[in-house]
Amino acid sequence: MMAAADDPLFEYLLRLGDNDLILGHRLSEWCGHGPVLEEDIAISNIALDLIGQASLWLDLAAEVECGGRSSDELAYKRDVLDWRNTILAEQPNGDFAVTMTRQFLFDCHHHALLTALLESANTDVAAVAEKALKEVTYHRRHSGEWLIRLGDGTEESHGRAQTALDNLWVFTHELFEADGVDQAVVAAGTGVDPAHLKAAWDAMVNPVLAEATLQRPADGWSIRGGRQGVHSEHLGYILAEMQFLPRAYPDAVW
Amino acid sequence: MNDPVQAISKTDARALSVRAMLNAVVDPEIPVLTIAEMGVLRDVAVETLGLGEGGGASERVTVTITPTYSGCPAMAVIEMDIRDVLLQAGFGEVRVETVLAPAWTTDWLADTGREKLRALGIAPPVGVAAGKGVLFGLDPQVSCPRCTSANTHMLSRFGSTACKALYRCAACQEPFDYFKCI
Repeated sequence: MMAAADDPLFEYLLRLGDNDLILGHRLSEWCGHGPVLEEDIAISNIALDLIGQASLWLDLAAEVECGGRSSDELAYKRDVLDWRNTILAEQPNGDFAVTMTRQFLFDCHHHALLTALLESANTDVAAVAEKALKEVTYHRRHSGEWLIRLGDGTEESHGRAQTALDNLWVFTHELFEADGVDQAVVAAGTGVDPAHLKAAWDAMVNPVLAEATLQRPADGWSIRGGRQGVHSEHLGYILAEMQFLPRAYPDAVW
Repeated sequence: MNDPVQAISKTDARALSVRAMLNAVVDPEIPVLTIAEMGVLRDVAVETLGLGEGGGASERVTVTITPTYSGCPAMAVIEMDIRDVLLQAGFGEVRVETVLAPAWTTDWLADTGREKLRALGIAPPVGVAAGKGVLFGLDPQVSCPRCTSANTHMLSRFGSTACKALYRCAACQEPFDYFKCI
């Protein structure tokens, strides 16, 4: 192991970058398959923003690690157990209601997280957060407006949106759970306590669900572990596709 | 010749001339705008490194740029174009550095840039970016860049590039890009 990999900030930066990269890759699967051209372009734009943000976070992670791994190596040469994204981010696209519901739940958390990170004692972290927050503000409006349209739309779209919400809710608890890494970066002033983001998230999610005439699912059984490297079966398939080229042709340049 | 004050002022003049050279570098996705007009060009610094091979002073130029959007694919092209222009101008060493803070904002678009956008059929950003962030705030009233009608509708918040949204004019029926405020 590299010496500086023990730095909790490295783990924390991986969590930030991995969320963006995995969801960005997921969204890119819609490219060419959107329900209408405008939406195809919108989803691809959001994917591009997230992949750009992932590259900024993983650049920082590579710097903190000081281990000679570049951000590309972090993206393309880690296997499933070394990924630190939340399980929500890796869930399959499903139908359009699933994609937009997943996006809205993620965007509200992302917005609260980046807003809190503006106060990070690490100026590089605060700079990336400031950059990303502008983009995520657009993402959240987009997914929120879609959720309202789907939930308050036809019987069919309402049913699909409610089913998506019910199925994805079990993955949201993980977004607000702190572990040793979080505690260490909070103590250092560089990161934020996930539990403190819950109130801001509720304040964004609840009004939209109400306007969408969707029922907020009860909190109960939940699935967690992504941030510690315990993933659903879906992540491996994403990595297989995303990492194929650099693994099959190491050091390929183009 | 060794007067440091003179050396500094000479370097500043040199930096100004580099800025003039960089007017040849445009945004590849909106080629009417220079990187200075976009607000992407943040700083230019020139240092003298000593005598070069031909006996003249060899100089190192450092150009600092900032991305518009995190994933903007134009940045790689812009960096390459900066290098091309300055290496051809004879600089011994060209460095291009990227900074993230302060984050790029459409408030940095030059007035000349706004007019060029309009002439190209792209509506320039309306209002200032500061103070935005309401969950479902109203979208700005954007005038059609072709017929100037204010009777326009947003079709999609995301357009042909990361920095644009898609609108349509209800008066002349033409769709157009809006350079969105961030």
